[in-house]
Amino acid sequence: MKILVCISSVPDTTTKIAFVSENREFSKQGVQFIINPYDEWYALVRALELKEAKGSGQVTLFHVGLAENEAIIRKGLAIGADDAVRVDADPGDAYFVAQQIAAYAAGKGYDLILVGKETIDYNSSMVGGMVAELMNLPYVSMASKLDVAGAEITAECDIDGGTAVVTCAAPAVISCQKGMAEARIPNMRGIMAARTKPLETVQVLDNSTLTKVENYRLNEGRQAVKMIDAGSMDELVRLLHEEAKVI
Amino acid sequence: MSVIVYTEATKGKIRKNSLEAVTYAAAIAAKVGGEVVAVIDAAVDATLHADLGKAGAQKLLTVNHASLSAGDARAWAAVMEQVAQAHGAKVVVFSHDLGGKDIAPRVAVRLKAGIVAGAVDFPTIEGGKFEVRKTAFSGKATAVYSINSDVKVITLLPNSIPVGSSGAAVSGSAFDAKLDGVSSGVTIKERKTRQSTTVPLPEAELVVSAGRGLKAPENWGIVEDLATALGATTACSRPVADMHWRPHHEHVGQTGVAIRPNLYIAIGISGAIQHLAGVNGSKTIVVINNDKEAPFFKAADYGVVGDAFEILPKLTESVKKFKASQN
Ligand SMILES: Cc1cc2nc3c(=O)[nH]c(=O)nc-3n(C[C@H](O)[C@H](O)[C@H](O)COP(=O)(O)OP(=O)(O)OC[C@H]3O[C@@H](n4cnc5c(N)ncnc54)[C@H](O)[C@@H]3O)c2cc1C
Repeated sequence: MKILVCISSVPDTTTKIAFVSENREFSKQGVQFIINPYDEWYALVRALELKEAKGSGQVTLFHVGLAENEAIIRKGLAIGADDAVRVDADPGDAYFVAQQIAAYAAGKGYDLILVGKETIDYNSSMVGGMVAELMNLPYVSMASKLDVAGAEITAECDIDGGTAVVTCAAPAVISCQKGMAEARIPNMRGIMAARTKPLETVQVLDNSTLTKVENYRLNEGRQAVKMIDAGSMDELVRLLHEEAKVI
Repeated sequence: MSVIVYTEATKGKIRKNSLEAVTYAAAIAAKVGGEVVAVIDAAVDATLHADLGKAGAQKLLTVNHASLSAGDARAWAAVMEQVAQAHGAKVVVFSHDLGGKDIAPRVAVRLKAGIVAGAVDFPTIEGGKFEVRKTAFSGKATAVYSINSDVKVITLLPNSIPVGSSGAAVSGSAFDAKLDGVSSGVTIKERKTRQSTTVPLPEAELVVSAGRGLKAPENWGIVEDLATALGATTACSRPVADMHWRPHHEHVGQTGVAIRPNLYIAIGISGAIQHLAGVNGSKTIVVINNDKEAPFFKAADYGVVGDAFEILPKLTESVKKFKASQN
């Protein structure tokens, strides 16, 4: 079984963020970057579990990003991926990333292409659906369970007000979320092994971005909190009705 | 020329998310010109069509195919592509909900259209520029995107704009979509839907959420009482779901569901950044916590310092009194 796990580099949620060049660029200075949690905890770990259960296979990490992101790729290798591919480019937009994945994966015989349900920086949730459409593959969005038996894939995914059990034939694209696996912490042996695992760099495979961030602004916090005495719940209800107008 | 919009109905109503998307499409059409064309499954009861007109749809296309009623996202993407071509669409609008997240990226690929997913506001359209705002970095920032392609796709974050009501009546006409051989290849074997009388969390306008401060699962009665009195949906923090005190679908935050209700009441939740990431888009936030230093107070509009076990029953009584006075 060959599995391609697409990983994105995102700022850790706790990082303080700032913008430079007249707010046109995100400042990377001092920012802690991590593998997007959905990609790492669910897509990657489930890929490893599927490979382990079968006793054979290959889990390849795929990343679009500059050389400075190799640290996070090595972390994915330390967790257990066999090898990695990095497209040497700033990731642009979702369409750009999807094109790189589709162009690279075409004809290579992957049974599964896994993505996280969204990234925690832009929360777009678009790459998986785009890859599926570019490659004309089945796509299961928001999967919380994933199993493979022979060429049949079974997944559980979100539907309105619940979940659904769905099946499709491999190869397929799956977007992965909570429920699919438990995060793994790389051990010393994994970290040592990661240093020598193959990490191939490839050039941009298809080049268009259709959107661009023109500028950013920091969101202002809320106005100072209004404290209400614990004995004055009638007053809180009145404020919610008359001032906030939410009830 | 047109602005087209994908719509859905559920439980005998047009989905509120869809009405928001229609309102959004109408606002865009008012600026760029052209007709607002809504698309809906022909199986949806025609008496509901009027609501789409009221929200701003000027034309309504009904599409009839078994795979559409079954929710096949590739078939829907093909329909939206065909409608976009037949009606010279400039912009294609979806809600950023489950349907939109599945169908919109496919439509963007098919039309080679730039997409902004999760817009929070009406676009700015001026002098050839088309700019769309969305929230980024866990609510810490807003990013302004320009879309460079001729055709543009936008998914609108639910509960970002009020539903319009000044539109005129609209009646559906059948759209003949070519769907032979178009299939996502995914078969639904079983649907496990939750029996629930409340609005599902992602669409709820009022949310009552509790965290580890409630101490044990058997204490949730007072949380549910408040939710029932308000007509709100319940949510919880991650540790509460991880410990199986509450079901996983109630978990909000960075790793759970992201919501932006009109009112979010957080009870016994400390306000960690990963929790805030999923709720800080809420219009009004009330925090109830016995620790006056709890970080959540910094992200709140109204705060109450005290013991949730004493405060909740009182708040529920006050809400009931208020509701009774409204009738
Ligand atoms: C990568 C990552 C992702 C995460 N994702 C999420 C996520 O999606 N959602 C999420 O919620 N968390 C998430 N977390 C966890 C998050 O960091 C916090 O640990 C979590 O939100 C804390 O939950 P809590 O507020 O319920 O519990 P605690 O932090 O234990 O807070 C309990 C609060 O209750 C108050 N309290 C206690 N007793 C009472 C009482 N009697 N009356 C009133 N108040 C009382 C306390 O003062 C305290 O503020 C994530 C963490 C990481 C590292």
